Amino acid sequence: MKTFRLGGIHPHDNKQYAAHRPITEVPLPQKAIIPLVQHIGAPAKPIVNKGDKVKVGQVLAEAGGFVSAPVHSPFSGTITKIDSTVDAWGMRMPAIFMDVEGDEWLETIDTTPTINPVCKLDSKEIIQKVTEAGIVGLGGACFPTHVKLMPPPGKKAEVLIVNGVECEPYLTCDHQLMLEHGEEIIIGIQILMKALNINKAIIGIEKNKPDAIEHMQELASRCLGISVQPLKLKYPQGGEKQLIDACIKRQVPSGALPIEVGAVVDNVATIYAVYEAVQKNKPLISRVMTVTGKEVKNPGNYKVRFGTPLADVLALAGGIPETTGKIIGGGPMMGRAMNNVDMPANKRISGLLLLPDSESHRKEAANCIRCAKCVQACPMGLEPYLLAKLAGLQRWDDMEQHYIMDCIECGCCMFTCPSNRPLLDYVRMGKATVGGIICARNAK
Amino acid sequence: MNNLIVSPAPHAHADDSVRKNMLRVIIALMPAFVVSLFAFGWGSLIVTLISVVSCVLFEWLITKFILRQQPVITDCSAILTGLLLAFNLPSNLPWWIVMVGAFVAIAIGKMSFGGLGQNVFNPALVGRVFLLISFPVQMTTWPRPLGWSTKYAVDAESGATPLSVMKNAIKAGDSSLLNELPDYWHAFVGYMGGSLGEISALALLLGGIYLICTKTITWHIPVSILTTVALFSGIMYWAGVEGAASPLAHLLTGGVMLGAIFMATDYVTSPMTGWGQIIYGIGIGVIVMVIRTWGAYPEGMSFAILIMNAVTPLLNMYIRPKRFGEKKKK
Repeated sequence: MKTFRLGGIHPHDNKQYAAHRPITEVPLPQKAIIPLVQHIGAPAKPIVNKGDKVKVGQVLAEAGGFVSAPVHSPFSGTITKIDSTVDAWGMRMPAIFMDVEGDEWLETIDTTPTINPVCKLDSKEIIQKVTEAGIVGLGGACFPTHVKLMPPPGKKAEVLIVNGVECEPYLTCDHQLMLEHGEEIIIGIQILMKALNINKAIIGIEKNKPDAIEHMQELASRCLGISVQPLKLKYPQGGEKQLIDACIKRQVPSGALPIEVGAVVDNVATIYAVYEAVQKNKPLISRVMTVTGKEVKNPGNYKVRFGTPLADVLALAGGIPETTGKIIGGGPMMGRAMNNVDMPANKRISGLLLLPDSESHRKEAANCIRCAKCVQACPMGLEPYLLAKLAGLQRWDDMEQHYIMDCIECGCCMFTCPSNRPLLDYVRMGKATVGGIICARNAK
Repeated sequence: MNNLIVSPAPHAHADDSVRKNMLRVIIALMPAFVVSLFAFGWGSLIVTLISVVSCVLFEWLITKFILRQQPVITDCSAILTGLLLAFNLPSNLPWWIVMVGAFVAIAIGKMSFGGLGQNVFNPALVGRVFLLISFPVQMTTWPRPLGWSTKYAVDAESGATPLSVMKNAIKAGDSSLLNELPDYWHAFVGYMGGSLGEISALALLLGGIYLICTKTITWHIPVSILTTVALFSGIMYWAGVEGAASPLAHLLTGGVMLGAIFMATDYVTSPMTGWGQIIYGIGIGVIVMVIRTWGAYPEGMSFAILIMNAVTPLLNMYIRPKRFGEKKKK
């Protein structure tokens, strides 16, 4: 069975808590805050005013540039103010506040559950629709999807790699989405293949989801050019570069994008959103997120509209257990710990993981014993122990020469370190500084 | 709800620790320890106990009173150093010499560099080589295995080791002297004289397999050392050099197994990358064979490892891991 070639670790997948829980809709809130930064790139620019009445699917803010995405209203109601809000990780960002008054959709959106397999649009029209629907990568990075569909001149896409890996422990939303909406995902893949003008797509799924592999294999067998690639269990297989390596044995060079090796990677949730945008005219206003944890009463997969307070989602999952020490937006390897749950759901939160207090603390760091386990674990072939040391010494030039900018911040080094050293903290700090230095140098 | 903990990712840990790694190595040394108890009796137990206790004690005293830090003997690294030092000593060594060795290992080999993780040379070997140079007679007088056949012993008190037999043979250029060697099976199970922990290749290999299976060490260093020793001695043997012992005899006798599996693989003093470890292993293999063949000492494992320890920072500097997406230089 295939997997990526360098490094990697085997954390407990802990998917048993939320796996196979059917996708449940979260009820509409009374008040909603819709952040205008739900993607990588420029913030969206609001085009509604205080007091405006909006319907579900109406554009609230348009894209602030090429690498940006519009934001649509997930509810019908009245705009109360356009202001800023503090997100769960303490960053201030512009947001639109609204009173939710119902669930009245724009007439152009097809809200019926019928599956529409026929797409008559051409490549340009599909990309247009994806752009307008505000679709971003739902795997976590939130990179605007339309940018990936328009390769720079001279580059040609050869294969679409569909990310159904879900290598983050605990999370199960992509798994459940494949089981419940496999047909739509296959149609979405065909739409993207048309948009990219290619005839090959590979769906990568890790072997801890045998039912999803079987289901997608059966659906894919009816379509030309689409195949399922079962993958060995190894983190971070869902990383774009690792997945490409695992599926087609090509390695994206340092600093380059996947298109360099002819690959475009999209997450299954993103592809489901593409299906809905193109076939149903429905913009991206909701996503499936996993709420899970050892002591959560009703762990499961919840379909939530952006702007719904996370506290509502948690309430549906049975509330926050007494023993909770840490609430993580995302999975345990790359997710962010949050200091409150008043934050609204948005495009980038793929799950809420509640860790008991006993698992929330870092252990005390000891001396580096130079065991080289971090070097063996690094999927990018870097030397984390050295980068961390250089960051501590503020030797930025040396760090750049040791390819610190290649780091994907997967956390393998820190996970595996027997001395509990905060390797990734140092590397992140180094990356930020070196990145700034490179930017300043290029600007000259 | 006000007490949520916020920290950067990752939020999961492999639950590994320095202590667990050290304990795994200690467990892996147990088969060889049992063999040594069986072969040398109480002497082996006493030397080992003195060595371990003194190492821990010296580390505690130095951290507490000289470095004035909180002693961290719970990481078990001093216990491991003590065990490894004892394994490299004859089982009839006077107690005070063992203590001197333990002091040199911990005080000079480890703590003078700043403690665990900072030392350049393997502490146990620093201790052992110091003793070898300072007390050459005591350090090269091995007791014969208890109650076992005296075929390999020169006199009743102490036995010549297979290594000294091999040394004499190669020096004299007389292969007939090699008849004194134990047969391979006896050498394999540890039916011969030597330092207390090195005699049984079987027991050491068991420990090595355990370490590799538990991913405590990788195969690179042991395999490259053993292969190099086998190739080097094989070429001499089949080229018909008078007095050269067979590759198997070289592999199964002396400190090669103990060194390749337990001493050279010391995390702190070995290279960080796979290729670096292979070069390091080849270096050790070549040096040990050069010493065994042409050097003054019958055994050169300790020297070989210490020399390559000194080369390790250089290997770390020049042998980098293969990066993701790295193109071959044209």
